[in-house]
Amino acid sequence: MLPAIDVTRVCKHFGTVCALADIDLKIQAGEFFALLGPNGAGKTTLINIIAGLALADKGSVSVMGHDVISQYTQTRQSLGVVPQELVFDPFFTVRETLVIQSGYYGIKNNNAWIDEIIHRLALDDKADQNMRTLSGGMKRRVLVAQALVHKPPVIILDEPTAGVDVELRQSLWHFIQQLNKEGHTIVLTTHYLQEAEALCNRVAILKQGRMVALDSMQNLIGCVTAGNTIRLKLSSEQLPIALQSLQICYNNGVHDLKIDNYNHIASILTALRDADIQVLEMQLLQPDLEDVFVEIMHENEKERI
Amino acid sequence: MIGFLTLLYKEFLRFWKVGVQTVLAPIVSTLLYLLVFYHVMEAHVEVYPDVAYTIFLVPGLVMMAVIQNAFANASSSMIQSKVSGNIVFVLLSPLSYREIFFAYILASIARGLMVGAGVYIIALMFFDIPLRLPLWALLFVVMGSGLLGALGVIAGIWAEKFDQLAAFQNFIIMPLTFLSGVFYSIHSLPSVWQTMSHLNPFFYMIDGFRYGFFGVSDISPYVSFTIVAAFFIAVSMLAIRILKSGYKLRY
Repeated sequence: MLPAIDVTRVCKHFGTVCALADIDLKIQAGEFFALLGPNGAGKTTLINIIAGLALADKGSVSVMGHDVISQYTQTRQSLGVVPQELVFDPFFTVRETLVIQSGYYGIKNNNAWIDEIIHRLALDDKADQNMRTLSGGMKRRVLVAQALVHKPPVIILDEPTAGVDVELRQSLWHFIQQLNKEGHTIVLTTHYLQEAEALCNRVAILKQGRMVALDSMQNLIGCVTAGNTIRLKLSSEQLPIALQSLQICYNNGVHDLKIDNYNHIASILTALRDADIQVLEMQLLQPDLEDVFVEIMHENEKERI
Repeated sequence: MIGFLTLLYKEFLRFWKVGVQTVLAPIVSTLLYLLVFYHVMEAHVEVYPDVAYTIFLVPGLVMMAVIQNAFANASSSMIQSKVSGNIVFVLLSPLSYREIFFAYILASIARGLMVGAGVYIIALMFFDIPLRLPLWALLFVVMGSGLLGALGVIAGIWAEKFDQLAAFQNFIIMPLTFLSGVFYSIHSLPSVWQTMSHLNPFFYMIDGFRYGFFGVSDISPYVSFTIVAAFFIAVSMLAIRILKSGYKLRY
């Protein structure tokens, strides 16, 4: 089956700065894909090249089997992009904006779907307000709505939850998950790694224009060398000698200890009881995407040194 | 086609929603020119035999208003969209480069014609202005506003800041307009300036347009038509090429 997005050996320079170096990426139809990386890693540049907002120096990109340059009409019809910047047209209301956006994609009489997305994004009472009068979070919702007016098979969201309140974030992800279940391919960038972990099945991590990781979420987290951690708040600041070698860090009266497996917890508790130290709070920490991210960034730093 | 019509409608709404500033204000300022020149010059100048100066002046002023507003429409829409970032909605859409171009210039033509018609209709209330060959006048006003719309698209794409656009307008469009024979016949100029005027494409637009009113012109309307059409096609092709290349729009 043709990949939804196929990026082949894409390079992009801005002056002397290398924004993307030899990026290869295939995203299959139906995936929920996260594109992660620190600020300036090249995520938005890559998205812009896929969307046709930026032009690659080298390499090629296709969306649903169509080249983004030579067959731009088809690729743009297949893509819905939520840009990172909060952009809007101050001349129009929310509904006018969505009607105009539908028209750009050749759709007339799109009112039923427009009503539905307005409702799903909780924009009902703002529908006839001018874009200028909306708050940042509301403008972000309209951007998401604009990307969906033509029901594109591939939806790209560039930090859609930046500056958005918790309630909307949850309802937005619920909506996007539903679209994914209906067969839409979703690509997102976010700095909220918990979001990416909860939603996405595959991840690419970019660092300084290079792809430093590309794998399923499960594999990436499985590869973390940090292992499990137990976090303890104790009646004493001093750990028994037997446990000191396990300590990863100590912060504000909280000890983080490394454990090899769950049986290890029993021996730690025994050692504490023997030393007459009480456990005030206990928490088990499992490796998450944040650990993966930190570890990969760290490895990369070491390589450079 | 729906995409093109939508962008055209959006561009039309963009200026119509602020019509006081984009249509009414230029009509009033152009009529002020007419008022001042009527009082100062009427008794002193007669350009064509049996055509009073004010009557001669009206088509020139109409064309000047058309030129300035057609240029302002495309260029300000483009730069506003670029600066505010909402140009991405057009750039992300499947609209073709030609569709984008024609939507911008047709909206410019519409605004140019509305302002021009406004000036003409109000002037008609006070002066008896003949319109002997209306199709010639229409041909030149449509091509002239189209040419300026296309120039506006190019200037709006090229300019990164509003002062760059203002420079384009003040140092290129304004001098070419004022020195094109809006206020005078070039036959009243010294021969060096007459030659210089022939290098100015705006001269042919105004001379041809005036021919539609009086059936008299400084040079043959066929020559003017050929030159204006050639400029219109060349500038349009350049604008479409620029849009296609992504120059200053797609990085």
